[in-house]
Amino acid sequence: MSLVREPVHQGRLKTPFYPRVEKLDTVNQWHEWKGYSSPDALYCSEMEYFAIRNGTAVFDLSPMTKYRITGPDALDFLNRLVTRDMAKVKPGRVAYAVWCDDQGQVIDDGTIFHLREGEYRLCSQQRHFAWFQAAAIGFDVSIVHETEDIAALAVQGPTSFSVLNNMGIQGLDALRPFGLMHVDFQGAEMMVSRTGFTADLGYELWMDPVKALDLWDALFEAGKLHKIRAIGTEALELARIEAGYLAPYEEFLPADETIRTGRSRSPFELGLGWLVDFKKPNFNGRRALAEEKRNGSKWQLVKLDIDGNKAAHHSYIFAKEKGNKDEIGFVTSAAWSPVCKQNIAIGTVLAPHGKPGDTVWVEVYYQREMHWNRAMAKARIVDKPFWFPPRRGATPPGPY
Amino acid sequence: MKTYDAIVVGAGHNGLTNAAFLARAGLDVVCVEKNDYIGGATVSRNLYKDWWYSNCSYVCSLLRPEIYRSLELHKHGLQVTPYGGSVQFMESGDYYGSYHDPEVAYREMARFSRHDADAYKRYSADTMRQCRFIRDFLLSTAPDPTSFKPKDLKELARIGGKFMDMGEDRMYETIRFWTMSVAEYLDEYFETDVIKTALSGSGIIGTALGIHSPGTAYVLLHHYMGDVDGNVGSWGFARGGTGAVAKAIAGALEAAGGELRTEAGVDQIIVRNGKAVGVALDNGDEIKANIVVSAMDVKRTYLTCMDKKDLPEKFYRRVENFKIRGSSGKVNIALDGLPTFPALPEGSSLYHSDMHFIDSMERMERAYDDWKDGTWSKDPYLDMTIPTLSDPTMAPPGKHFMSCFVQYCPRQIDGRDWTSEEKDAFGQTVINQIANYSPDFKDLILHAEIRTPQDIENEIGITEGNIFHGELTMDQLLFNRPIPGYAQYRGPVDGLYMCGSSNHPGGGIMAAPGANAAREILRDLKRPNTVPENFGDD
Repeated sequence: MSLVREPVHQGRLKTPFYPRVEKLDTVNQWHEWKGYSSPDALYCSEMEYFAIRNGTAVFDLSPMTKYRITGPDALDFLNRLVTRDMAKVKPGRVAYAVWCDDQGQVIDDGTIFHLREGEYRLCSQQRHFAWFQAAAIGFDVSIVHETEDIAALAVQGPTSFSVLNNMGIQGLDALRPFGLMHVDFQGAEMMVSRTGFTADLGYELWMDPVKALDLWDALFEAGKLHKIRAIGTEALELARIEAGYLAPYEEFLPADETIRTGRSRSPFELGLGWLVDFKKPNFNGRRALAEEKRNGSKWQLVKLDIDGNKAAHHSYIFAKEKGNKDEIGFVTSAAWSPVCKQNIAIGTVLAPHGKPGDTVWVEVYYQREMHWNRAMAKARIVDKPFWFPPRRGATPPGPY
Repeated sequence: MKTYDAIVVGAGHNGLTNAAFLARAGLDVVCVEKNDYIGGATVSRNLYKDWWYSNCSYVCSLLRPEIYRSLELHKHGLQVTPYGGSVQFMESGDYYGSYHDPEVAYREMARFSRHDADAYKRYSADTMRQCRFIRDFLLSTAPDPTSFKPKDLKELARIGGKFMDMGEDRMYETIRFWTMSVAEYLDEYFETDVIKTALSGSGIIGTALGIHSPGTAYVLLHHYMGDVDGNVGSWGFARGGTGAVAKAIAGALEAAGGELRTEAGVDQIIVRNGKAVGVALDNGDEIKANIVVSAMDVKRTYLTCMDKKDLPEKFYRRVENFKIRGSSGKVNIALDGLPTFPALPEGSSLYHSDMHFIDSMERMERAYDDWKDGTWSKDPYLDMTIPTLSDPTMAPPGKHFMSCFVQYCPRQIDGRDWTSEEKDAFGQTVINQIANYSPDFKDLILHAEIRTPQDIENEIGITEGNIFHGELTMDQLLFNRPIPGYAQYRGPVDGLYMCGSSNHPGGGIMAAPGANAAREILRDLKRPNTVPENFGDD
């Protein structure tokens, strides 16, 4: 009767790049990311951040959830799943997308890579196999979870083009933002996309885990003279806020995981109305979103430029400086931006507050030598990313 | 002869809780118990050498933290320790385990189905939403929907408000949830038989219902809505066995000046001029009191311990028809050492979990079929735990106590009492099922106590040995529990109250019926309330 089987792995998993990342680690500060060990920082998150903005930062994003979507109805399925029109995303292009439940509430966001005609890779923070299978009913489509089958690195920063060019990757100069191409790496196929989470010049590399360590070594060899550095999540998080990108569990909760009423958000409420296309055929949440568009949304995501230099973590947002009854929302992510020298934040406020140019007040708590202080700081609502340098879109990119 | 302010009949955890809160309000209270030990089914018993058996209830989760804190049960010796996960042993030789660590739990599920691993988050959120809705009503009296009293109207408005607040879609889901079967509910999320089986057990434990019976999805909730230290859905062992809960509450009762009298079984609740005035004990003694509170189940209270002539006709009929059916038994075993389960890796955390030896929904339903045929399940659903893996006080070092909850097991075999041969055969069924997965198990057995519903009824007094004092079906829940019009702990006779698990919110070691009844009694007596309110959860 006894059947020998491998017991379920109890500890954290290691990514294909772990042996190299671990070697560079000096601070031993790790967290869990979808079951994998991922570094908070490797030597100093502040210096790591400047690798993103000043040289080339390498971040191991292998734990990112990945699905391969193929089959005759792959496009129709994706169009049913997400709110934007995927027919406009040609092979060799990458699209940022959100998908919703029937109530038009965002389940997650992610990037969809149109690898080849009718062949897609979808990357997201959360795991959605059950949801995708339900959405695939009636479509001739194959959905395969491939997180473990693909090793992935983000290579971000002003010198990233030079590094990859130096590595011998051909045709990179013509690759536009949100473009992807397939190249040869030591006899194996590697996918290179001009994508990232930093709003800077940058790329992501995707390939078979078997070649992961060779790729790492080649990359760092090529980057030796171009200020290449491996980084952890803390540095990336700061760049993410500067870019104004959303993070699940910060700016929104996956709708299918919310327990309390009203804790989920629609694409409109997240400032992602531009991703909702009512001209395409039926998609999940369409009716609810059409109704919301007619009647207006409850919440509005805002980017805040806050006076002073004290980061507004977990702050309430008020319409007026005086009178705490006028609370209109709260900050979801906050940071002092080293590159903009600005006190920045992302938050959520009750509509119709939150129009670009509006002034609001942020209640900032900060600690000085044990004592806590409170300050009301004036903040302006901005509609552009805090950091969006010309080099991010330059094609061909400069050598820097 | 002395007249007490109140007599509480039955020193189970609800009777003790009720008496403790009344005593704290300054009432002169006596709690009487027929056995020579307290606790009722919340008990640890020394039945073999140095072993202490949790020989009825065996795990703790539902005990309201508000009551725990208010009665300062930690000062009276209570400690509840969480335990780890659960396991289903499979006929194939494999097993499905559940683990505390969400990522490990995910990977284990994904071993069977990635779909199910991902679906679990949605299932958890949906189930937790229902838990949050109902948990809020545990430590409060169910409002009477026909009443126009401000208190009832206010509570009805609160429930209505909470319900409306869910939004249209979730309101529909809630109504479906309350009436559907646990099998149908699980089908909405999962595809893997063994995963569904693992989750379905909580939908039928303690009920005479099958996994396909309507209303069992709610029962699932009843097992999920408890918590240990704020971890909702988590289960634990009381250090020293379940009896430690009763002992601690009794400690609180005595600290408040209450009186406890064992070997004082009640023969009759005495009614004079339409008012309860005391009890007549089995030994012929009488105890007088201004009010009588019954912690016994509703059938035993009214059909056995009262004169039918004192009760309203329709009420009496309703009590007769109250569903309280024997559906589960217990096998308690003293072990010479820890049995090994070769399917599990050595040192697996799953040894500390609750173990089950049934791996398909069909086997779950077949087990119920036997019950309907008037016999015990030949392939039963066991909920087996070895509390001595974490509790050093229940058995000598290196030795173990094993508790096997067994479902299904009827009160009668083919409509008659159990024979001793049948009882032994029932015990063997359980032991054989475990031995299929643990070759050294049988050799380690030093002593086994086999308990059918008949034994539990005879010894503890619970009608048919039903662990909930009555089925948890919609017709017997909230304002319908136990009898419509009598759901606020007041009996049909002046001065008579009910505080057992037959009342809202029902059974399990929750202590909520006992506490809620005390609050109502103190209201009637115009005494200051000593019963805590719900902690609430925003």
